[in-house]
Amino acid sequence: MSRARPGGSHRLGARPGEVIDRSRTIEFRWNGVTHTAHPGDTIASALAAAGVRVFARSYKYHRPRGLLTADIFDPGAILQVGDEPNVRAAHRLVEAGMDVRSQNTWPSLRYDVKAVNQLAGRFLATGFYYKTFIKPERLWPTYEKVLRRFVHAGEVSPDSEQPYFDKRYAHPDVLVAGGGPAGMAAAVAAARAGASVMLVEQEHQLGGHLRWGDAEDLRCRDELVAAVEAESNIEVLTDSVVAARYDDNWLAVVQRGLPHVAERLVKARAGTLVVAAGLIERPYVFAGNDLPGVMLSTAVRRLLNLYAVRPGSRAVVFTANPEGDAAAADLRAAGVDVVEVDARHGRTVVRATGRGGVEAVELSDGSRIEADLLVTAVGWTAPTSLLNMSGANPGYRPDAARFVPDPAATPAAVIAVGGIAGDGTRDELVAHADAAGREAAARALALAASRAGSADTRDPVAVPQLGLHHHPELFFALPTGGFVDMSEDVSAKDILTAVKEGYDSSELVKRYTTATMGPAQGKLETVNTVALVAHATGKTIAETGATTWRPMYTPITLGALAGRKFEPVRHSPMQPWHTSHKAAPLIAGQWIRPEHYGDPVAEVRNVRQNVGIIDVTPIGKLDLQGPDVAKLLNLLYVNKWSQLGIGRVRYGVMCAEDGVVLDDGVTGRLAENHYLMSTTSSGAGTVWEWAENWLQTEHPEWQVHVTPVTTAYASINVAGPKSRELLARLTDVDLDNAAFGYMNVRTGTIAGVADCVLWRIGFTGELSYELHVPASYGLHVWETLMATGADLGIAPFGVEAQRILRLEKGHLIVGQDTDGLTKAYSAGLDWAVKLDKPDFVGKPELAWQAARGEHPKLVGLRPLDTSVVPEEAAQIISDGGYIVGRITSSRLSPTLGRPICLGQVDAHLADPGTRLTVRLRNGSDTTVEVTAEHAHFDPEGERQRV
Amino acid sequence: MMLLTCPNCGARNVSEFRYVGEAKSRPDPETATPEQWRRYLYFHRNPAGWIKETWYHGSGCRRYFGIERNTVDNAQRPAGVTS
Repeated sequence: MSRARPGGSHRLGARPGEVIDRSRTIEFRWNGVTHTAHPGDTIASALAAAGVRVFARSYKYHRPRGLLTADIFDPGAILQVGDEPNVRAAHRLVEAGMDVRSQNTWPSLRYDVKAVNQLAGRFLATGFYYKTFIKPERLWPTYEKVLRRFVHAGEVSPDSEQPYFDKRYAHPDVLVAGGGPAGMAAAVAAARAGASVMLVEQEHQLGGHLRWGDAEDLRCRDELVAAVEAESNIEVLTDSVVAARYDDNWLAVVQRGLPHVAERLVKARAGTLVVAAGLIERPYVFAGNDLPGVMLSTAVRRLLNLYAVRPGSRAVVFTANPEGDAAAADLRAAGVDVVEVDARHGRTVVRATGRGGVEAVELSDGSRIEADLLVTAVGWTAPTSLLNMSGANPGYRPDAARFVPDPAATPAAVIAVGGIAGDGTRDELVAHADAAGREAAARALALAASRAGSADTRDPVAVPQLGLHHHPELFFALPTGGFVDMSEDVSAKDILTAVKEGYDSSELVKRYTTATMGPAQGKLETVNTVALVAHATGKTIAETGATTWRPMYTPITLGALAGRKFEPVRHSPMQPWHTSHKAAPLIAGQWIRPEHYGDPVAEVRNVRQNVGIIDVTPIGKLDLQGPDVAKLLNLLYVNKWSQLGIGRVRYGVMCAEDGVVLDDGVTGRLAENHYLMSTTSSGAGTVWEWAENWLQTEHPEWQVHVTPVTTAYASINVAGPKSRELLARLTDVDLDNAAFGYMNVRTGTIAGVADCVLWRIGFTGELSYELHVPASYGLHVWETLMATGADLGIAPFGVEAQRILRLEKGHLIVGQDTDGLTKAYSAGLDWAVKLDKPDFVGKPELAWQAARGEHPKLVGLRPLDTSVVPEEAAQIISDGGYIVGRITSSRLSPTLGRPICLGQVDAHLADPGTRLTVRLRNGSDTTVEVTAEHAHFDPEGERQRV
Repeated sequence: MMLLTCPNCGARNVSEFRYVGEAKSRPDPETATPEQWRRYLYFHRNPAGWIKETWYHGSGCRRYFGIERNTVDNAQRPAGVTS
């Protein structure tokens, strides 16, 4: 391993505002070479101090790129750190031992074979995404491989450890986005006015541009920081970003740099949002503007004054504003030779030349200056994203050469302060922010009071309007040279070509060229793009308008959005037994259920021959009480309930208002005004809300109380010819067929547990009892059943065995044998639908369906080739190859020794004996015959009535 | 995420609620024509402006309630106020 020269040849002596700790030196690696840094250095500042100029290769043309903005938006400093790709190296602080690499520069940063792309430009013409690599289609897989090698992105190892992402909720009265002078002043004023404040700063320190300013700026920063720290009501989040603003000031704040946490998403609901995002310096478009050594004035001042790094030795400073003048002064003070080119006197830069970096600068007057650094200070972009997300679209002001928000169009809960709102001296901006902060607090506290039911009695604070200073409009030297978007390698020429090809609006040019679609999301690129579109179309910038600013303000990780893993699961009280008996888990919605205990076929046979028990706790259960329950049942179910006697249960089907089957289950009458309804496992919540909807909105006069009791009971189905014999050993309920017949309900004691409900029903087609026992006794009852039934051959069975058993009996499953279009008659439920009831949910549609008689039908199907079990969802096709139905359920029946199916088929093919062709997944066909009944086994239902 | 004002619980995150739909009156199932019934099922006014809606506060009081909401700016007022 090689070592870079120690010390760093470009590090200056101590600076008053520097943020590095010179007392300590740490080592890190850059493309395999060891470098040194001081704590506080960013990766980029440490490399710049070591004289590194080229950080990356560009996206399409693989041109060398260096620092441009020296902050988080820098398109030239996106690097790989260890296993983490796309690290913003001008923002991320150096840590000891970091392994930093340039991305996508095979074979090396210096010798990049893909730079040949500059010669192969015709493949990468404007809109090349839409022009090249299209035909022939058979080459798409090859194109994909080629393009992947060119993609400007790092790599993540599949073995990389998954970091922890955190989530938090916050409810500040006032949230301030931006910790510069205006943001700090607003936060302090709001806190002093009694508001709780969250102050969010993207960078590592508060202070904004004051940090790289003069002595007065630093003094002002110190005062404001001290004032912030003195307010216990202000929570400061640095290295954090307000990534998005949604309705009612729902704010996504992403906090970085926390120990043991990759990123934390703070979901904040703020009373008032104060936007203090400052101004972002705008690059200038000219030939050679992407050469390493071309930098913004703010980048130069950051490097000089925060990190004590001299960015060059001979500089041309192209300036149109006082900040550019200050950069020139700072450079001179650091011993750099400076030539100023003052745009305010009509001089401009037209070209920078050099190999691998700036060597000379050409001016509009034809002169040429040798330099290794070209600094531009040509204007500002207001990063108005959060205002746009609030519904206020800023307008362009040519006199100020930037987009400016209109306070009148901004919602009351959002206030802009600082440079984004207007111009002024430092003290004027602080005074404005102070008033705005007090007003923000007043509005937030009034909103909180009104939500608590109190009247708004505050006195509004008069917030002065900020003026605008004149600034020359400087966007590009010539419309034919240089890059508009360095992240995406979009040139000025590309914009002109796009307009010429007919893409004559900002939004179209953006999508066609991908300008503004890179990591900085337009913060550096939008205004220049709009200016070029305006130039090419002959319109003004105001008429052309900017593209839409959308979340996120700064790119954040998907991990931050995904947050903590939080997937709740539901288990029945018998889960410990299932686990210790090696049940194969089945995920059914939130429930984890036993699919089988090793051999579902044996489980089926045991239920048919002896007795089995299945955990059916997830079945939805609703306790219904009141004098009007029967009315509710008559409304929700398609069948009749008025005559249901006490102690009886009935199977019922619910449809929605469009006649489509919604749910099914049995409901039993426990007492005069007391019923217990069961629903499908997945429909438990839906049916509860459904019942409440009808009770609350259509029939508030009905007296019915609905209580969900799904998990109040553990539910066990005891099924098989020996189930009565088993249960008789454990209950005081008279199980004699004459006393407790099929489709009856009783309550009593089971295994010593009182208040159990027993339903005699038969999903499996066998003699069976469904037990609902108080949940905390579920495991006890289950274990007692297992122990007591040992001599009867008891065995547990899982969901798979139950599915086979019910298919042998032809019982449909809502959602499997029906879908979102299956009306009751299509499900073969003709016998249940009672059109002579005065009303029930979905009745008109079912009446019309019955009258038409053209609907598909659910039928039993018997494959003629007994060696073939058609796949579920296999299509049933006509002679002409049209789809005329599908298999909805299919299994090999252990009881019958042949395959059995249910399927939906077109009406004219539903008659018993009709032979149908099923297209299997492997492409071959097999023949099935429509059976007379859904039930393949015991169609008379004698086994369940014994 | 917008706030929705529940008449029982006050302003809450809209994620606590389920949107039921535009408030409509159910035609008499005995006399409704297919045209009337399907307008009830499938047709919505969907205006840019004030609309009367039904919501269900599933993570709160579990009550269905009517509210008037302006679809342009999500301004809300209790149901029954004429626009």
